[in-house]
Amino acid sequence: MKLPLDRDTRRRWIDVAMGVAAFVCVVIAIIPLGSILLEASIRGLRSLSPALLTSTTGGGGIGNAIQGTLILILLSALVSLPVGILTGIYLAEFGKNRLGAAVRFFVEVMTQVPSMVVGIFVYSLVLELGLIGLGSPRLVFSTISGVLALSTIMVPFVARTSEEALRLVPIAVRESSLALGIPRYRTILRVVVPSASSALVTGGLLGIARVAGETAPLLVTAFGSNDWFRGLDQPIESLPHTIYVWATGPYVAQNQAAWGVSLVLVVMMLGLSIVSRVVIRLRSVSR
Amino acid sequence: MAIKLSVESVSAWYGEKLAIQDITMDIEDRMVTAVIGPSGCGKSTLIRCLNRMHETIPKARVEGKVLLQGEDIYAASPVSVRRRIGMVFQKANPFPTMSIYDNVAAGLRLNGVRNRDELDKAVLGSLKQAALWDEVKDSLDESGASLSGGQQQRLCIARALAVKPEVLLMDEPCSALDPIATAKIEDLIFDLKKDFTLVVVTHNMQQAARVSETTAFMYLGKLIEVNNTRELFERPREALTESYITGRFG
Repeated sequence: MKLPLDRDTRRRWIDVAMGVAAFVCVVIAIIPLGSILLEASIRGLRSLSPALLTSTTGGGGIGNAIQGTLILILLSALVSLPVGILTGIYLAEFGKNRLGAAVRFFVEVMTQVPSMVVGIFVYSLVLELGLIGLGSPRLVFSTISGVLALSTIMVPFVARTSEEALRLVPIAVRESSLALGIPRYRTILRVVVPSASSALVTGGLLGIARVAGETAPLLVTAFGSNDWFRGLDQPIESLPHTIYVWATGPYVAQNQAAWGVSLVLVVMMLGLSIVSRVVIRLRSVSR
Repeated sequence: MAIKLSVESVSAWYGEKLAIQDITMDIEDRMVTAVIGPSGCGKSTLIRCLNRMHETIPKARVEGKVLLQGEDIYAASPVSVRRRIGMVFQKANPFPTMSIYDNVAAGLRLNGVRNRDELDKAVLGSLKQAALWDEVKDSLDESGASLSGGQQQRLCIARALAVKPEVLLMDEPCSALDPIATAKIEDLIFDLKKDFTLVVVTHNMQQAARVSETTAFMYLGKLIEVNNTRELFERPREALTESYITGRFG
């Protein structure tokens, strides 16, 4: 049989064209990302100095903002990772019923709620509770309500990624564990969860990264502060908040320094993700 | 002949769908019983009822009795039943995050055994029983997933043997393996019946003829005939059995 040669040339041309189109799209997608990193690095490095990193925002530095962001992230992770992962376990392992479907629906909706709305919600919740004598209205602007707001954003996110991670573990793995006479709870905790561990860690990290850059909900909860951390019931500074204030402020020097702050935030996130990836790799090799 | 397991009018459902209907048969101690039949006839469902794995599927239901040496397994706790009646699945499925050693030790460890000597002994013994020891003795710390398909299946058999069950159920253990790996598993089945009671579900009638003493033929959720393997293949009592083993359907 004779193959029509012209058809084949056409196919090659289409192949090349599609390849080029895909490459162009990749470049277009990378340009904004690359330029942010480049711009933040070039401008940021110029304004970075040991003094900037060690003094408080009151003294023109960001030491307290770094401290504040770390505290907020740490506390939010302590609250959200257990709650989120356990919710994910519930949904993946026990959620094949009406209650599970309802919980899944709410988790889904919660992940879509704009972060500003979460901020306002926590603001009014803490205020109302304070007014009826639970806590105090003063707690509205505090580390606690900041953590509450960030956790409200993080829990559904972590719950959803955990559920997805656990669902990827083949049913065969669960069955063979059960068939060894291993009780269900131990099957889940010691066989299924470890099998999904790298995806769970990735989900947790994405959750942390997601809230680490949040500004809007913190404006109405953690509020910001020019001082070092003074207690869970006091307002607290954070990097995104410093960036927001400095970048929109009237002083050119602060506008410049905001680039440095952005760089610090980006590097922190990058460091977090590199460290965790190394940890996962080390763990999977040692096993 | 001692009876190890008695199945007494067992029926099983998936939701509304009746999968096996009123099955009654005896399984002899330290023998190999093969269950054959066309796809969807309920043979996997039947053996999953023998160690209470059927009920792990949502909305699945079982009626009837299964006696393990006279004791109804449906009156006992499923966890204790599964420790005495182990299972190997169609597709080899070593625990992905565990090493070869940990895979074999998993059943004991996750049931609370901490003693290193005891674990070492069980791992060594089970890997030898599963005819895998010589191939993996230098790589016990490597992932179970690094083995070939046939080795993985023997690893799963070793894992099931490590908890020292009395009965081993095998659900088409060779259907994903090449002929050489299949032959190794069949040799293994032959060795294992010295110490264990085996029930092997298989698609492959030649395999049933090669490895088993007793064969049960199932069709459309019913047990059509159960007999000495040789008798069943050479002089089937039921016309349905005869047309299945001669390849007229299935």
